[in-house]
Amino acid sequence: MDPLVIAGRKFNSRLMVGTGKFSSNLAMQSAMESSGCEIVTVALRRVDINNPGDNMLQHIDRERYLLLPNTSGARDAEEAVRLARLARAAGCEPWIKLEVTPDPYYLLPDPIETLKAAIILVKEGFNVLPYMPADPVLARHLEEAGTVTVMPLGAPIGTNRGMRTRDLINIIIEQANVPVVVDAGLGAPSHVAEAMEMGADAVLVNTALADTPNPALMGEAFKNGVEAGRMAYLAGLGPQRAKAQASSPLTGFLREE
Amino acid sequence: MNMHVNGENHQFDAGLTIGQLLKQLELQPDRVVLELNQNILNTTDSINTELHEKDKLEIIQFVGGG
Repeated sequence: MDPLVIAGRKFNSRLMVGTGKFSSNLAMQSAMESSGCEIVTVALRRVDINNPGDNMLQHIDRERYLLLPNTSGARDAEEAVRLARLARAAGCEPWIKLEVTPDPYYLLPDPIETLKAAIILVKEGFNVLPYMPADPVLARHLEEAGTVTVMPLGAPIGTNRGMRTRDLINIIIEQANVPVVVDAGLGAPSHVAEAMEMGADAVLVNTALADTPNPALMGEAFKNGVEAGRMAYLAGLGPQRAKAQASSPLTGFLREE
Repeated sequence: MNMHVNGENHQFDAGLTIGQLLKQLELQPDRVVLELNQNILNTTDSINTELHEKDKLEIIQFVGGG
């Protein structure tokens, strides 16, 4: 497949994978492996000092996967910037998935705080991949601020409801000069195929891979969905029509005229 | 001495260094990132930094996330 290029870096996979909510590190690894992903997201949280648990980074091969820390949990720009700086101090490359989600029920991204944080982080040298509402005007502002992608949501995080924002994402794709990564809400291979058929450059999936008894098989299913969608986009889909158009010849029927 | 670690009050011996604290908590320095009184530290360089009464220390690590 044609490579995805973000901030001058080439990726052979157009599927990014989130590492949250897996039943075990092994389940997470098997989904990463079978999905063919090359970018994986992680979050930053306080250590429970009474029960530190194990170090999840030891389960991710940093040679193979680009670690993309997110700023999840941030309620405003200030908290997001703080998390991004912590991620960089922890030794990550300066790539950050910017998330500012003050609303605890739908986890919808705050457009104003996201843009504010993006402006600061771009100035500090981060490659910023902002999670955002599917708003074409905001996408242009983020791009002008220097973000390396835009990441509109298909549906709220973890809902598995698919491309509910389809019409707006179409406009974003039409206007964007940076890769469009559809993030959040994509719950089935058909959802990611739909996004890719529309011309999205990539997708990010987490819940759908974690929330299944067989993450390895689901990872492969999503890989195939992304590739099928991308190939169809590159090939060019036929137009939709209101009326039937016969596929078989309309002559030579075995009947009297 | 009394310190705020990850949002909670904890008692530690006076003169404790960051390295000693991490050892006491059985945390490898390379798996955490630290913020002392809102300033991000380079963990390796601050192993010998002494902690003080009322310091606010955040000990952060990577976890799974989307």
